[in-house]
Amino acid sequence: MERLIQLVNVVSLLLMLVVFLSLRRQRIRPEYSVAWLGACAALFLFSVWPGPALWLQRMLGLPDRPLALMLIVFAVFMAVFYRFTVRISDLKDSNIALAQRVAILEFHIRSLDEKVKNSNGN
Amino acid sequence: MKLLVIIPAFNEEGAIRTVIREVQAAVPGAPVLVIDDCSLDETKAAAREAGAQVLPLPHHLGLGGCVQAGYKLAYELGFDYVARVDGDGQHNPADIPRLLEVLQKKNVQMVIGSRYSEGGGEYSSVPRGLGIMLFRMVLRPILGKAVHDPTSGFVAVNREALKVFSHSFPLEYPEIEALVVLQRKRFQFEEVECIFRDRMAGQSTITPMKSFRYMIHVLLGVLVNILRKRAVS
Repeated sequence: MERLIQLVNVVSLLLMLVVFLSLRRQRIRPEYSVAWLGACAALFLFSVWPGPALWLQRMLGLPDRPLALMLIVFAVFMAVFYRFTVRISDLKDSNIALAQRVAILEFHIRSLDEKVKNSNGN
Repeated sequence: MKLLVIIPAFNEEGAIRTVIREVQAAVPGAPVLVIDDCSLDETKAAAREAGAQVLPLPHHLGLGGCVQAGYKLAYELGFDYVARVDGDGQHNPADIPRLLEVLQKKNVQMVIGSRYSEGGGEYSSVPRGLGIMLFRMVLRPILGKAVHDPTSGFVAVNREALKVFSHSFPLEYPEIEALVVLQRKRFQFEEVECIFRDRMAGQSTITPMKSFRYMIHVLLGVLVNILRKRAVS
Protein backbone atom coordinates (compact mmCIF):
# COMPACT_ATOMS: atom_id res chain seq x y z
CA MET A 1 0.00 0.00 0.00
CA GLU A 2 2.95 2.31 0.57
CA ARG A 3 3.55 2.04 -3.18
CA LEU A 4 0.18 3.64 -3.76
CA ILE A 5 1.26 6.63 -1.68
CA GLN A 6 4.48 6.86 -3.66
CA LEU A 7 2.45 6.66 -6.87
CA VAL A 8 0.23 9.57 -5.76
CA ASN A 9 3.41 11.43 -4.91
CA VAL A 10 4.87 10.91 -8.38
CA VAL A 11 1.59 11.53 -10.20
CA SER A 12 1.01 14.82 -8.38
CA LEU A 13 4.52 16.00 -9.25
CA LEU A 14 4.13 14.88 -12.88
CA LEU A 15 0.78 16.59 -13.15
CA MET A 16 2.27 19.76 -11.76
CA LEU A 17 5.04 19.55 -14.34
CA VAL A 18 2.53 19.05 -17.17
CA VAL A 19 0.54 22.07 -15.98
CA PHE A 20 3.70 24.20 -15.82
CA LEU A 21 4.72 23.11 -19.32
CA SER A 22 1.23 23.85 -20.64
CA LEU A 23 1.39 27.27 -19.03
CA ARG A 24 4.76 27.91 -20.65
CA ARG A 25 3.39 26.93 -24.05
CA GLN A 26 0.31 29.08 -23.39
CA ARG A 27 -2.04 26.12 -23.78
CA ILE A 28 -3.61 26.85 -20.39
CA ARG A 29 -4.47 30.31 -19.20
CA PRO A 30 -2.85 31.15 -15.83
CA GLU A 31 -6.21 31.66 -14.09
CA TYR A 32 -7.26 28.09 -14.97
CA SER A 33 -3.96 26.58 -13.88
CA VAL A 34 -4.43 27.68 -10.29
CA ALA A 35 -7.02 24.98 -9.51
CA TRP A 36 -4.79 22.26 -10.99
CA LEU A 37 -1.65 23.47 -9.27
CA GLY A 38 -3.51 23.80 -5.98
CA ALA A 39 -4.89 20.27 -6.35
CA CYS A 40 -1.46 18.84 -7.20
CA ALA A 41 0.18 20.64 -4.30
CA ALA A 42 -2.53 19.41 -1.93
CA LEU A 43 -2.09 15.82 -3.09
CA PHE A 44 1.66 16.02 -2.77
CA LEU A 45 1.37 17.43 0.75
CA PHE A 46 -1.17 14.83 1.84
CA SER A 47 1.02 12.03 0.50
CA VAL A 48 4.21 13.18 2.28
CA TRP A 49 2.50 14.44 5.44
CA PRO A 50 0.31 11.63 6.80
CA GLY A 51 -1.64 13.71 9.34
CA PRO A 52 -4.84 14.50 7.34
CA ALA A 53 -5.01 11.03 5.76
CA LEU A 54 -4.59 9.36 9.15
CA TRP A 55 -7.28 11.59 10.62
CA LEU A 56 -9.67 10.70 7.78
CA GLN A 57 -8.79 7.01 8.16
CA ARG A 58 -9.74 7.13 11.84
CA MET A 59 -12.87 9.21 11.22
CA LEU A 60 -14.26 6.90 8.56
CA GLY A 61 -12.92 3.70 10.05
CA LEU A 62 -10.95 2.88 6.92
CA PRO A 63 -8.58 -0.10 7.02
CA ASP A 64 -5.47 1.77 5.83
CA ARG A 65 -3.97 5.18 5.08
CA PRO A 66 -3.61 4.83 1.26
CA LEU A 67 -7.35 4.30 0.97
CA ALA A 68 -7.92 7.51 2.92
CA LEU A 69 -5.43 9.24 0.62
CA MET A 70 -7.30 7.97 -2.47
CA LEU A 71 -10.49 9.35 -0.98
CA ILE A 72 -8.77 12.73 -0.62
CA VAL A 73 -7.50 12.47 -4.23
CA PHE A 74 -11.02 11.73 -5.40
CA ALA A 75 -12.52 14.63 -3.42
CA VAL A 76 -9.89 17.11 -4.62
CA PHE A 77 -10.36 16.21 -8.29
CA MET A 78 -14.14 16.16 -7.99
CA ALA A 79 -13.89 19.72 -6.69
CA VAL A 80 -11.67 20.68 -9.63
CA PHE A 81 -14.03 19.01 -12.14
CA TYR A 82 -17.03 20.73 -10.61
CA ARG A 83 -15.29 24.10 -10.73
CA PHE A 84 -14.47 23.64 -14.40
CA THR A 85 -17.95 22.38 -15.25
CA VAL A 86 -19.41 25.56 -13.79
CA ARG A 87 -16.86 27.62 -15.73
CA ILE A 88 -17.53 25.77 -19.01
CA SER A 89 -21.28 26.25 -18.56
CA ASP A 90 -20.77 29.99 -17.99
CA LEU A 91 -18.52 30.21 -21.03
CA LYS A 92 -21.02 28.34 -23.18
CA ASP A 93 -23.80 30.74 -22.18
CA SER A 94 -21.55 33.75 -22.86
CA ASN A 95 -20.45 32.25 -26.15
CA ILE A 96 -24.03 31.74 -27.33
CA ALA A 97 -25.03 35.26 -26.30
CA LEU A 98 -21.97 36.65 -28.06
CA ALA A 99 -22.60 34.66 -31.25
CA GLN A 100 -26.21 35.86 -31.29
CA ARG A 101 -25.08 39.47 -30.77
CA VAL A 102 -22.52 39.19 -33.58
CA ALA A 103 -25.19 37.80 -35.90
CA ILE A 104 -27.64 40.59 -34.98
CA LEU A 105 -25.00 43.28 -35.48
CA GLU A 106 -24.01 41.77 -38.83
CA PHE A 107 -27.68 41.84 -39.78
CA HIS A 108 -27.93 45.54 -38.86
CA ILE A 109 -24.74 46.37 -40.75
CA ARG A 110 -26.01 44.59 -43.84
CA SER A 111 -29.35 46.40 -43.58
CA LEU A 112 -27.56 49.75 -43.27
CA ASP A 113 -25.31 48.87 -46.21
CA GLU A 114 -28.34 48.11 -48.33
CA LYS A 115 -30.01 51.40 -47.30
CA VAL A 116 -26.86 53.36 -48.22
CA LYS A 117 -26.58 51.56 -51.56
CA ASN A 118 -30.24 52.22 -52.32
CA SER A 119 -29.96 55.92 -51.41
CA ASN A 120 -26.84 56.24 -53.54
CA GLY A 121 -28.66 54.52 -56.38
CA ASN A 122 -31.47 57.05 -56.17
CA MET B 1 -50.07 44.14 -36.63
CA LYS B 2 -46.32 43.86 -36.96
CA LEU B 3 -45.52 40.23 -37.76
CA LEU B 4 -42.19 38.55 -38.41
CA VAL B 5 -41.94 34.98 -39.65
CA ILE B 6 -38.76 33.28 -38.53
CA ILE B 7 -37.33 30.12 -40.07
CA PRO B 8 -34.46 28.46 -38.21
CA ALA B 9 -32.45 26.56 -40.79
CA PHE B 10 -29.47 24.24 -40.88
CA ASN B 11 -28.59 22.71 -44.24
CA GLU B 12 -32.04 23.31 -45.73
CA GLU B 13 -30.97 24.41 -49.19
CA GLY B 14 -33.33 21.92 -50.82
CA ALA B 15 -36.50 23.14 -49.10
CA ILE B 16 -35.91 26.71 -47.99
CA ARG B 17 -36.95 28.46 -51.23
CA THR B 18 -40.31 26.70 -51.31
CA VAL B 19 -40.93 27.33 -47.61
CA ILE B 20 -40.19 31.04 -48.00
CA ARG B 21 -42.46 31.34 -51.03
CA GLU B 22 -45.24 29.55 -49.17
CA VAL B 23 -44.82 31.92 -46.22
CA GLN B 24 -44.92 34.93 -48.54
CA ALA B 25 -48.12 33.60 -50.07
CA ALA B 26 -49.71 32.83 -46.69
CA VAL B 27 -48.90 36.15 -44.98
CA PRO B 28 -48.24 38.66 -47.77
CA GLY B 29 -46.15 41.61 -46.67
CA ALA B 30 -44.78 39.99 -43.53
CA PRO B 31 -40.99 39.98 -43.51
CA VAL B 32 -39.39 36.55 -43.47
CA LEU B 33 -36.20 36.00 -41.49
CA VAL B 34 -34.13 32.88 -42.01
CA ILE B 35 -31.75 32.24 -39.12
CA ASP B 36 -28.94 30.28 -40.66
CA ASP B 37 -27.25 28.08 -38.07
CA CYS B 38 -23.97 28.00 -39.97
CA SER B 39 -25.21 25.72 -42.73
CA LEU B 40 -22.62 23.86 -44.78
CA ASP B 41 -24.70 24.12 -47.95
CA GLU B 42 -26.16 27.12 -49.81
CA THR B 43 -29.08 27.75 -47.45
CA LYS B 44 -28.15 31.40 -46.96
CA ALA B 45 -27.91 32.19 -50.66
CA ALA B 46 -31.10 30.27 -51.42
CA ALA B 47 -32.98 32.16 -48.70
CA ARG B 48 -31.80 35.55 -49.95
CA GLU B 49 -32.63 34.57 -53.52
CA ALA B 50 -36.18 33.71 -52.43
CA GLY B 51 -36.59 37.16 -50.86
CA ALA B 52 -35.98 36.45 -47.20
CA GLN B 53 -33.67 38.33 -44.90
CA VAL B 54 -30.96 36.23 -43.32
CA LEU B 55 -29.55 36.29 -39.82
CA PRO B 56 -26.29 34.39 -40.20
CA LEU B 57 -24.94 32.85 -36.99
CA PRO B 58 -21.14 32.88 -36.80
CA HIS B 59 -21.05 29.27 -35.61
CA HIS B 60 -23.43 26.40 -35.06
CA LEU B 61 -25.54 27.05 -31.94
CA GLY B 62 -28.15 24.33 -32.21
CA LEU B 63 -31.89 24.84 -32.52
CA GLY B 64 -32.51 26.72 -29.27
CA GLY B 65 -29.72 29.24 -29.77
CA CYS B 66 -30.76 29.68 -33.38
CA VAL B 67 -34.43 30.34 -32.59
CA GLN B 68 -33.55 32.64 -29.69
CA ALA B 69 -31.36 34.76 -31.98
CA GLY B 70 -34.47 35.30 -34.13
CA TYR B 71 -36.58 36.15 -31.09
CA LYS B 72 -33.95 38.63 -29.88
CA LEU B 73 -33.82 40.41 -33.22
CA ALA B 74 -37.61 40.45 -33.49
CA TYR B 75 -37.91 41.92 -30.01
CA GLU B 76 -35.28 44.57 -30.69
CA LEU B 77 -36.95 45.54 -33.97
CA GLY B 78 -40.26 46.00 -32.17
CA PHE B 79 -42.32 43.22 -33.74
CA ASP B 80 -45.64 42.43 -32.05
CA TYR B 81 -45.91 38.85 -33.22
CA VAL B 82 -43.51 36.18 -34.38
CA ALA B 83 -44.44 32.97 -36.14
CA ARG B 84 -41.87 30.22 -36.27
CA VAL B 85 -41.84 27.77 -39.17
CA ASP B 86 -39.30 24.99 -39.67
CA GLY B 87 -37.09 25.19 -42.73
CA ASP B 88 -37.66 21.60 -43.85
CA GLY B 89 -41.20 22.15 -45.10
CA GLN B 90 -42.97 20.02 -42.49
CA HIS B 91 -45.06 22.98 -41.34
CA ASN B 92 -47.60 24.37 -43.75
CA PRO B 93 -47.28 28.18 -43.71
CA ALA B 94 -50.92 28.40 -44.88
CA ASP B 95 -51.80 27.64 -41.23
CA ILE B 96 -50.02 30.76 -39.91
CA PRO B 97 -53.10 33.05 -40.19
CA ARG B 98 -55.11 30.57 -38.07
CA LEU B 99 -52.40 30.55 -35.41
CA LEU B 100 -52.33 34.35 -35.36
CA GLU B 101 -56.09 34.60 -35.17
CA VAL B 102 -56.17 32.41 -32.05
CA LEU B 103 -53.21 34.29 -30.57
CA GLN B 104 -55.11 37.57 -30.86
CA LYS B 105 -58.63 36.41 -30.07
CA LYS B 106 -57.94 34.14 -27.11
CA ASN B 107 -55.56 36.58 -25.44
CA VAL B 108 -52.83 33.97 -24.95
CA GLN B 109 -49.09 34.46 -25.27
CA MET B 110 -48.33 31.46 -27.48
CA VAL B 111 -50.17 29.27 -29.96
CA ILE B 112 -48.87 25.87 -30.98
CA GLY B 113 -49.62 24.27 -34.32
CA SER B 114 -50.48 20.78 -33.11
CA ARG B 115 -50.46 17.48 -34.97
CA TYR B 116 -52.30 15.68 -32.23
CA SER B 117 -54.82 18.23 -31.05
CA GLU B 118 -57.79 16.49 -29.42
CA GLY B 119 -55.97 13.19 -29.66
CA GLY B 120 -55.96 13.05 -33.45
CA GLY B 121 -53.00 12.56 -35.79
CA GLU B 122 -50.69 9.61 -36.25
CA TYR B 123 -47.32 9.16 -34.63
CA SER B 124 -44.46 8.79 -37.10
CA SER B 125 -42.99 5.94 -35.02
CA VAL B 126 -43.77 3.95 -31.89
CA PRO B 127 -40.84 5.40 -29.85
CA ARG B 128 -41.85 8.90 -30.87
CA GLY B 129 -45.45 8.23 -29.86
CA LEU B 130 -44.33 6.85 -26.50
CA GLY B 131 -42.04 9.82 -25.96
CA ILE B 132 -44.79 12.30 -26.70
CA MET B 133 -47.16 10.47 -24.36
CA LEU B 134 -44.52 10.58 -21.60
CA PHE B 135 -43.98 14.31 -22.10
CA ARG B 136 -47.73 14.91 -22.01
CA MET B 137 -47.97 13.10 -18.68
CA VAL B 138 -45.02 15.02 -17.22
CA LEU B 139 -46.25 18.39 -18.47
CA ARG B 140 -49.93 18.03 -17.54
CA PRO B 141 -49.50 18.76 -13.80
CA ILE B 142 -46.77 21.36 -14.41
CA LEU B 143 -48.74 23.37 -16.96
CA GLY B 144 -52.10 22.84 -15.31
CA LYS B 145 -53.66 21.88 -18.64
CA ALA B 146 -53.18 19.25 -21.29
CA VAL B 147 -50.79 19.83 -24.15
CA HIS B 148 -51.25 17.45 -27.06
CA ASP B 149 -48.18 18.20 -29.14
CA PRO B 150 -45.44 19.44 -26.82
CA THR B 151 -42.67 18.81 -29.36
CA SER B 152 -44.14 20.95 -32.12
CA GLY B 153 -41.90 23.74 -33.33
CA PHE B 154 -44.70 25.39 -35.30
CA VAL B 155 -45.60 28.26 -32.98
CA ALA B 156 -46.70 31.86 -32.93
CA VAL B 157 -45.92 34.14 -29.98
CA ASN B 158 -46.93 37.64 -28.99
CA ARG B 159 -44.65 40.40 -27.73
CA GLU B 160 -44.97 39.37 -24.08
CA ALA B 161 -43.66 35.89 -24.82
CA LEU B 162 -41.11 37.39 -27.19
CA LYS B 163 -39.69 39.47 -24.35
CA VAL B 164 -39.37 36.42 -22.11
CA PHE B 165 -37.88 34.20 -24.82
CA SER B 166 -35.39 36.84 -25.93
CA HIS B 167 -34.00 36.75 -22.37
CA SER B 168 -34.46 33.12 -21.48
CA PHE B 169 -34.87 30.32 -23.99
CA PRO B 170 -33.85 26.68 -23.67
CA LEU B 171 -30.88 25.97 -25.87
CA GLU B 172 -30.75 22.37 -27.00
CA TYR B 173 -34.26 20.95 -27.33
CA PRO B 174 -36.36 24.03 -26.78
CA GLU B 175 -40.02 23.25 -27.48
CA ILE B 176 -40.99 21.43 -24.30
CA GLU B 177 -38.87 23.50 -21.94
CA ALA B 178 -40.23 26.68 -23.54
CA LEU B 179 -43.69 25.68 -22.33
CA VAL B 180 -42.36 25.44 -18.77
CA VAL B 181 -40.62 28.82 -19.14
CA LEU B 182 -43.98 30.32 -20.18
CA GLN B 183 -45.84 28.63 -17.36
CA ARG B 184 -43.44 30.14 -14.83
CA LYS B 185 -44.50 33.55 -16.11
CA ARG B 186 -48.15 32.50 -15.71
CA PHE B 187 -48.57 32.84 -19.47
CA GLN B 188 -51.17 30.91 -21.40
CA PHE B 189 -51.02 28.91 -24.60
CA GLU B 190 -53.49 27.33 -26.99
CA GLU B 191 -53.17 24.60 -29.58
CA VAL B 192 -54.48 24.77 -33.11
CA GLU B 193 -54.90 21.59 -35.08
CA CYS B 194 -52.58 21.43 -38.09
CA ILE B 195 -51.54 18.77 -40.53
CA PHE B 196 -47.80 18.37 -40.79
CA ARG B 197 -46.17 17.27 -44.01
CA ASP B 198 -43.15 15.15 -44.82
CA ARG B 199 -39.80 16.87 -45.14
CA MET B 200 -39.44 18.45 -48.57
CA ALA B 201 -35.75 17.63 -48.87
CA GLY B 202 -32.87 16.19 -46.92
CA GLN B 203 -33.04 13.68 -44.13
CA SER B 204 -33.92 13.96 -40.50
CA THR B 205 -30.89 13.77 -38.21
CA ILE B 206 -32.91 12.08 -35.46
CA THR B 207 -31.60 8.63 -34.52
CA PRO B 208 -32.77 6.30 -31.72
CA MET B 209 -29.74 7.33 -29.65
CA LYS B 210 -30.48 11.01 -30.22
CA SER B 211 -34.12 10.44 -29.27
CA PHE B 212 -33.02 8.85 -26.00
CA ARG B 213 -30.65 11.75 -25.30
CA TYR B 214 -33.47 14.13 -26.22
CA MET B 215 -35.76 12.56 -23.62
CA ILE B 216 -33.16 12.68 -20.87
CA HIS B 217 -32.17 16.26 -21.72
CA VAL B 218 -35.73 17.48 -21.87
CA LEU B 219 -36.81 15.84 -18.62
CA LEU B 220 -33.75 17.27 -16.90
CA GLY B 221 -34.39 20.67 -18.49
CA VAL B 222 -38.00 20.66 -17.32
CA LEU B 223 -36.87 19.80 -13.78
CA VAL B 224 -34.24 22.55 -13.83
CA ASN B 225 -36.78 25.07 -15.09
CA ILE B 226 -39.14 24.17 -12.27
CA LEU B 227 -36.40 24.46 -9.65
CA ARG B 228 -34.85 27.63 -11.06
CA LYS B 229 -35.44 30.89 -9.25
CA ARG B 230 -37.79 33.31 -10.91
CA ALA B 231 -34.95 35.44 -12.22
CA VAL B 232 -36.40 36.76 -15.47
CA SER B 233 -38.88 39.55 -15.06
